[in-house]
Amino acid sequence: MASDYTIRLWRGDATGGDFCEFRVSVEPGMVVLDVIHKIQATQANDLAVRWNCKAGKCGSCSAEVNGRPRLTCMTRMNLFQPGETITVAPMKTFPLIRDLVTDVSFNFQVARQVPAFKPKAREADGTYRMQQEDIDRVQEFHKCIECFLCQNVCHVIRDHPEHKRHFAGPRMFVRYAALEMHPLDTNDRRELLKQKMGLGLCNITKCCTEVCPESIHITDNAIIPLKERLVDEFYDPLTRLLKKLTGRQ
Amino acid sequence: MNSNGTFGEQQYYGPATVARTLRRDPWWVEALLTALVLGGFVVYATWVAFQPFDYAHAGPYLSPFYSPCLSANCGEHVSLPLIGSWWNLSPAFLILWIPAGFRLTCYYYRKAYYRSFWWAPPGCAVRDARSGYSGETAFPLVLQNIHRYFFYLATLVLAFLWWDAALAFRFDDGFGVGMGTLVLTANAALLSLYSISCHSCRHLCGGRLDVFSKAPGRYRIWRLVSRFNEHHMFYAWISLFGVALTDVYVRLVAMGILHDIRFF
Ligand code: SF4
Ligand code: SF4
Ligand code: FES
Ligand code: FES
Repeated sequence: MASDYTIRLWRGDATGGDFCEFRVSVEPGMVVLDVIHKIQATQANDLAVRWNCKAGKCGSCSAEVNGRPRLTCMTRMNLFQPGETITVAPMKTFPLIRDLVTDVSFNFQVARQVPAFKPKAREADGTYRMQQEDIDRVQEFHKCIECFLCQNVCHVIRDHPEHKRHFAGPRMFVRYAALEMHPLDTNDRRELLKQKMGLGLCNITKCCTEVCPESIHITDNAIIPLKERLVDEFYDPLTRLLKKLTGRQ
Repeated sequence: MNSNGTFGEQQYYGPATVARTLRRDPWWVEALLTALVLGGFVVYATWVAFQPFDYAHAGPYLSPFYSPCLSANCGEHVSLPLIGSWWNLSPAFLILWIPAGFRLTCYYYRKAYYRSFWWAPPGCAVRDARSGYSGETAFPLVLQNIHRYFFYLATLVLAFLWWDAALAFRFDDGFGVGMGTLVLTANAALLSLYSISCHSCRHLCGGRLDVFSKAPGRYRIWRLVSRFNEHHMFYAWISLFGVALTDVYVRLVAMGILHDIRFF
């Protein structure tokens, strides 16, 4: 049975804007993105919204639904009470282009600064070898769909935009972790993480983990292990001394 | 980002910039509860530290707030006689900084108090209370990085708490089991779960390796510790309650308000 909802959608561009209310009848099974499309088709033809797969896999449809960063295509309408007013706003952390569409190029800029995978020398027979247990840990990080919800919710840049100059953000920390923990990689990115990528700015308050639609344990499995690796290198004289004495890495 | 690597300050950031948050769910409940419970524990622990030693032990039981008991004024409960009789303050002061430092620098508690006391952020997608922010890059918060040293020290303390639990089986009339014996043993067990699930422990046990296949033993330990680590927050809370309740129990028995049940 269809039920009526009031949807408050942000409409505007770089010059300003406001929330506009739309009454929509919602069929069972619809998600927030469906409702936005319905509004676009019937009441606001020029509404700007970014989407691609409608299956939670392309990471395009990120927005803030009732103030919570979410994929609109994976947010079912039955999460809300019929008759309820639902607010849909663009992601806060990125500059607004129009309506629900933001300019997420910050994320591509910081992605470009990640030092690439640099494999160790091939074995005598010309191949690389690694065992399943060596790469199990980084598989989780490859699930990322680049929705940038974690980047958006991270208070380091959400509330303090001045840190965008020297903060890679949780999505990139996931990428750094995947490379740093890779059994074949030889690049050492710890100095960079400390000096330029702002790992120390993260205060492990875990909002990135809370919003990740792929349920990547961003904080526990990527950020904290990276922080511990930085401790090895910069804050733990005992480990360094041991390394020197034993000559082990 | 502009071509010169800076971000235009004039860019427009949409509606959430104006409101502190657009969230309508009770996001503040978690922060409030955490602040109340953590704050309550800190008040209790401080009060305990200032209490006379007389009520910190009862029969073979010693309150975990005083263990290991290092000064001569611990009487028969002295665990390691390191400090002479010149120390006339509570023995708790000699030792409490270790578990306090361990918990203060714990990755989970950091999250808890940054959110509930610091309000950085008070909740997800809720604006930070302060406009300036330097995270854990500047003094004093950069000191959070010494967490693993507190882990080492706390492991030593834990060994003494197990020793206390063992001593709690030794009554004046020989071997026995009382309610306090179970309480002290449970307390040591809960604290062990907290320590073993520590993120630094996980890293030191094997997390720092890139090639697990070359160190199968450490890989197995890392896998085990990782499983505990998933529940670190839970262990952090139950062990906190465990310590407080153990102290309450010993204290009430020492004051004669509770009678310790002897099972055999
Ligand atoms: S845990 Fe760190 S990276 Fe993740 S949202 Fe919080 S501050 Fe940002
Ligand atoms: S880590 Fe998760 S939240 Fe962040 S971009 Fe990837 S999928 Fe999205
Ligand atoms: S449209 Fe692709 S993730 Fe939502
Ligand atoms: S005790 Fe919590 S992370 Fe170490």
